[in-house]
Amino acid sequence: MTAVIEAEGLGKRYRKQWALSDCTLSVPAGHVVGLVGLNGAGKTTLLNLVTGMVAPTTGTIAVLGGRPAAGPGQLARVGYLAQDAPVYPGLSVAEHLKLGARLNPGWDDALARRRTDQLDLDPGRKAGKLSGGQRAQLGLTVALAKRPELLILDEPAASLDPLARREFLQDLMAAVAEEQVNIVLSSHLINDLERVCDYLIVLADSRVRIAGPVDELLAAHHLLSGPRRDEGRLPAGMQVISASHTDRQSTLLVRVSGPVLDPAWTVTAVGLEDLVLAYMKQAAGRGRRGNRHLEALT
Amino acid sequence: MIEFHLDSRSGVAPYLQLIHQVRQALRLGLLRKGDQLPKVKDVAAGLAINPNTVLKAYRELEYEGLAAARPGVGTFVTGTLDGGSLAAHGPLRTELLHWLAKARRAGMDDESIEALFASTFRSASEEDIA
Repeated sequence: MTAVIEAEGLGKRYRKQWALSDCTLSVPAGHVVGLVGLNGAGKTTLLNLVTGMVAPTTGTIAVLGGRPAAGPGQLARVGYLAQDAPVYPGLSVAEHLKLGARLNPGWDDALARRRTDQLDLDPGRKAGKLSGGQRAQLGLTVALAKRPELLILDEPAASLDPLARREFLQDLMAAVAEEQVNIVLSSHLINDLERVCDYLIVLADSRVRIAGPVDELLAAHHLLSGPRRDEGRLPAGMQVISASHTDRQSTLLVRVSGPVLDPAWTVTAVGLEDLVLAYMKQAAGRGRRGNRHLEALT
Repeated sequence: MIEFHLDSRSGVAPYLQLIHQVRQALRLGLLRKGDQLPKVKDVAAGLAINPNTVLKAYRELEYEGLAAARPGVGTFVTGTLDGGSLAAHGPLRTELLHWLAKARRAGMDDESIEALFASTFRSASEEDIA
């Protein structure tokens, strides 16, 4: 099966600033992919590269096997719901569907109507008069009725209240179960991602820190606590992501391929939130200590 | 039909939580052979979780011989976990309640009761193995 996103050394520079650098990814089909990172980490830049709205400065990217936005065929295969689900405030719900039908060759009108009925969206109502949750639902309806193979959502629910957000995600998951569409979803709401995503990409400081199926990521990371130990005296193959020490105790979040056998450690499973935060913290620490690191190398 | 719930604070993987809930319902006789499990789409939409998570839980239950998928229809319970002991649940529960009342009179709090039960349970299982 063709990878949904295949990137090799992908980078994007705006003037002197690298918004994304050295990004190599291979995201397989059949997943709901969570893209997580702090503001300014490069999430939107990566999504813009995937949709073809910006061209890469370095490297290559293929989406569903094709070049992003290479032509009408490729455009029809990828749907995109931008941040906060923008709609045309002056157009009615029905007019949005009409516009969608005109602009998208594969438009599924039955699906669009079924969804607006189910969601109780009044066809005559202007989009500007809808609630935030309803606007997001309208945006999702248009994006789904386009019948894309890949649907990209940039912070779709961040501005919604908790109830509307839950409803939006419920609706999105129902759509995934029914239409078998690939999803890439950016968010910094890790609790949401934990429920809906089975593949995770962590971006920090314009780089991909880690990417993979959530199950595998969780299985490969452990929280160790035990008597104080120097990080240099850990077995080979154990990668320390975050560490904190008191004068007697060490607590480490580590990545290992096998089980942790040393009986001195108390081993605890790691949740997704702790894992993501550890990688973000690691990136922040590296940025600060970058120069010292270089000195040590020379 | 049972309804699933999810405890996002528990730290237990969502698919394991679904499996636990099915097993628990089988043990307590809430689910019996032939009952249909909730449809994947309904669970995904109801809990706002990834359909793959539900599929994974159902596959695991199939692997354990507790459920079977009928293509196009759904997933159905094919096994039991009560071991034919359902009838004994009532009397055992009454005895346990007596015991709990005794433990409280002895001044034990919830945590001490749980700890005592768990450690007794463990040592009894170890003796069985030995």
